[in-house]
Amino acid sequence: MLELTNLSKTFNPGTPNQKTALSHLNFRLEDGDFVTIVGSNGAGKSTLFNAIAGTFYVDEGSIRLDGKDITYLPEYKRSRVIGRLFQDPLKGTAPHMSIEENLSLAYLRASKPGFGAFSRVSKADKAMFRDHLALLGMHLEDRMKHPVGLLSGGQRQALTLLMATIVTPQLLLLDEHTAALDPATAEKVLELTRSIVAERHISCMMVTHNMHQAITMGNRTLMMSDGSIVLDLKGKEREGLTVEQMLQMFRDKANKALDNDRILLSSLGN
Amino acid sequence: MLSLSVVQNALEVGFIYALVALALFLSYSILNIADMTTDGGFTLGCAVSASVCIMGHPVLALFAAMIAGAMAGFITAFLQTKLGVPSILAGIVTNTGLYTVNLAVMGFSSNLSLFNCDSIFTLAKDALSPVVGSWYKLIVAALITLIICTLTVLFLGTRLGISIRATGDNPDMVRASSINTATMITIGLCLSNAMTSLSGAVLAQYNKSSDINLGTGMVVIGLASLIIGETLVGKGGMFRCVLAVLVGSVLYRFIIALALKMNVPAECLKLVSAIIVGFAIALPSLKNWAAFQKRKWAALHGKEAQ
Repeated sequence: MLELTNLSKTFNPGTPNQKTALSHLNFRLEDGDFVTIVGSNGAGKSTLFNAIAGTFYVDEGSIRLDGKDITYLPEYKRSRVIGRLFQDPLKGTAPHMSIEENLSLAYLRASKPGFGAFSRVSKADKAMFRDHLALLGMHLEDRMKHPVGLLSGGQRQALTLLMATIVTPQLLLLDEHTAALDPATAEKVLELTRSIVAERHISCMMVTHNMHQAITMGNRTLMMSDGSIVLDLKGKEREGLTVEQMLQMFRDKANKALDNDRILLSSLGN
Repeated sequence: MLSLSVVQNALEVGFIYALVALALFLSYSILNIADMTTDGGFTLGCAVSASVCIMGHPVLALFAAMIAGAMAGFITAFLQTKLGVPSILAGIVTNTGLYTVNLAVMGFSSNLSLFNCDSIFTLAKDALSPVVGSWYKLIVAALITLIICTLTVLFLGTRLGISIRATGDNPDMVRASSINTATMITIGLCLSNAMTSLSGAVLAQYNKSSDINLGTGMVVIGLASLIIGETLVGKGGMFRCVLAVLVGSVLYRFIIALALKMNVPAECLKLVSAIIVGFAIALPSLKNWAAFQKRKWAALHGKEAQ
């Protein structure tokens, strides 16, 4: 369970570039929730993820994950329990290292800090990696020794998804993780996301600019504007919702339209 | 051509300096940091080794030098990971400070002579020379370097080694995998500078002297060896990379020996090294430029022909 209380973050305070990215934001994610997040550019979606993941510390407020206060925990310590995927497929993997080495890095989360630093990846671990890779259905299990730099963007993103979840995280943050992929690959990675999240019962937050995705994936949808959550749809009110209805709700709440070409295009497309 | 003694000498020195190239492989190729601590760290190894040898402990001298080198690496790492000093500047700052430290270690004299005390080479001479004759020096140098190379290859395959490699490859991903990049950089620089100092320590005992200026330009010499090796042997697994470092370092010494043979004055060797490094690092850009000019020429003149 993730609990955000009164979260605020201002960039470049006291300068002409001052920007309030998060403004007294409150939010509570229940165990097993799969939340989709939409909002215009600059609404604070990525800032919210960065704050949760610990890329920076917030100015105000507190972050609790499964009852533990992680507000001042450094990023690398939070990443033991928080998995994260970015829009850029190149961000999540080390290109000059093999698939096997990348996975063993991700699997370090399973061991205690510092424990077994000089141990090598065991046969059993390798077999386990192979089984996991096979589930992706991309034949990567036959290419364990290949450098990751040789894989396509979609393959790298699928691998990153596997790395983020190989040790079941308490929270999975997906920041438009399919936006840079071609439609067929994006659909494949989304399907993998859906099945892994459901199977392991992972609490998950996903930023998307695709309105159709936003209402079809997960069990709850947030809309952000100017650093706050303006709309929180779940249960009955979310069922059977159309993209047009949701855009209208957003206009009413935020007093402005979702001003993003990608949103318009993706809502027309679906 | 080269006489046997020149070949022997090039091999000996090549193996000793290979440790500097190996250190730069760790800091430059793997961690992506141009570590300017190298020059001072090398002299630090010489100075510590000479001082401890004079006290009568040539083997302990090597370990003492490695610890001293690791400490120098730690300072550079601390400056860049905790205090936000850019990595090149951090190395230069440490390097500058080390000049005074090195003088202090040598009792504020700019050189020390080891002619009257035991070294690992005199110990080896007593034990080995009845069997192997004059090759005992090469055996000692090669043994030390090969041990360190083997340990390095093994280490880079461990979880810690993989974490360090990933830190140089993609720091974003490493932070997201619950690894502290600052710790990895610190461990990497401590190890690499320990190797650099070990190289200096062995060289001081080999030369039977330590001089405050021995390390000057060492980073360029190490890079030259590293680049020669990578160009000829190529990159690949960790074993191949470390092999490349060895080959590069020995070849570099042969190039120097040849240059001396052709009466290039010894004072010019640093310039030769600098030109090799500058040229080798620029080579990919030069190749691209040449290929582009060729395409452009073909395109322009192809049109005229039509």
